[in-house]
Amino acid sequence: MTTPRRLPDPYGGPSSGANLADILERVLDKGIVIAGDIRINLLDIELLTVKLRLIVASVDKAKEMGIDWWESDPALSSRARRDELTRENTELRARLERLEASREAEELEAAPRQAPRRRKKESP
Amino acid sequence: MTALRYVYAVCRPLSAPLQAQLTGVAGIPARQLEHHGLIAVLSLVPEEDFAEEPLKEHLEDLEWLTATARAHQNVVDALTGVTTPLPLRLGTVFRDDSGVRVMIEEREEDFRHALDRLEGRVEWGVKVYVEQEEEKEAVEERPAARPASGRDYLRQRRRRTAAHEQRGQKADEFAARLHEALSGYAEDARLHAPQNATLSGATGRNVLNASYLVPRSRSEEFVELVDRAEDDTPGVRVELTGPWAAYSFTGLTQGVA
Repeated sequence: MTTPRRLPDPYGGPSSGANLADILERVLDKGIVIAGDIRINLLDIELLTVKLRLIVASVDKAKEMGIDWWESDPALSSRARRDELTRENTELRARLERLEASREAEELEAAPRQAPRRRKKESP
Repeated sequence: MTALRYVYAVCRPLSAPLQAQLTGVAGIPARQLEHHGLIAVLSLVPEEDFAEEPLKEHLEDLEWLTATARAHQNVVDALTGVTTPLPLRLGTVFRDDSGVRVMIEEREEDFRHALDRLEGRVEWGVKVYVEQEEEKEAVEERPAARPASGRDYLRQRRRRTAAHEQRGQKADEFAARLHEALSGYAEDARLHAPQNATLSGATGRNVLNASYLVPRSRSEEFVELVDRAEDDTPGVRVELTGPWAAYSFTGLTQGVA
């Protein structure tokens, strides 16, 4: 939110406002593709796969550098997706349970069998 | 030690020599190789780092990749100040000068065509972010209005989701309007995939990531146009980068429309 936005000098360089993603997406993803004498597999590299390959190659190092977004991004990690669903499911179950418990309590106020009131701290 | 040729860009002969201090990948100075009236700007790089195997390994190393990408961009950027370069993709390496010459001959026509088309043009990058406030809101709301019932909870949740969606929709509309206005001013435009926050370090959700091809002479007005756009929509942030070499507009990149 406090990221300063510079007005770049139209006759200067791309300014310090350019982040690493700006540079990588141009230098890796754009630019003219020419098969040099040294064959590297950059032809089908997209930024994402580069990152993924980097991370697969060295998960610990990536973590060291604070890169762990793939673990929590539902689009990339099936586990994250599953976790997201599980979380929502648990949350809804807890709500439902509480709702039913309170209704039961109302209806069977005089009855000896009291539904246990459970308080789960799972609000969003 | 054998030296390979790492090529940054192709351009027309320069009227002034390259900066003496212009260093490229691996801290090695950049130099020119002229052939058929075109210039390849390159560095002599050590085989132990840039032959197939070591290069492949290096590309897995984010630190190396970052440094190399910045160095590559640094050279292209310096060229952008004095000419109209056609930037090559990172990691274009040849065995020797004759390999570079053969490449120039093979692509000569493409290069000239692209150089004519891009002469005097630069690329501006424009990104739009929508500030993500829902987390802050959620924190603020929770202690004050803890849902008393499941129905309350659902109602709150629906309200929050609606507010979130509305903000997202507004931002999308803003981005579409801005892109239309800027495309109208620019000679050409390209939409890129939204950026990942880890790499960009930016806050908020990236809803527009685009490049615009603009003549250098009209760049000042373009910058003003971008600048004015930000004022009228709260919760939306516009970021401008450039001028870049026309990376996104060489027309010689496979897979780009």
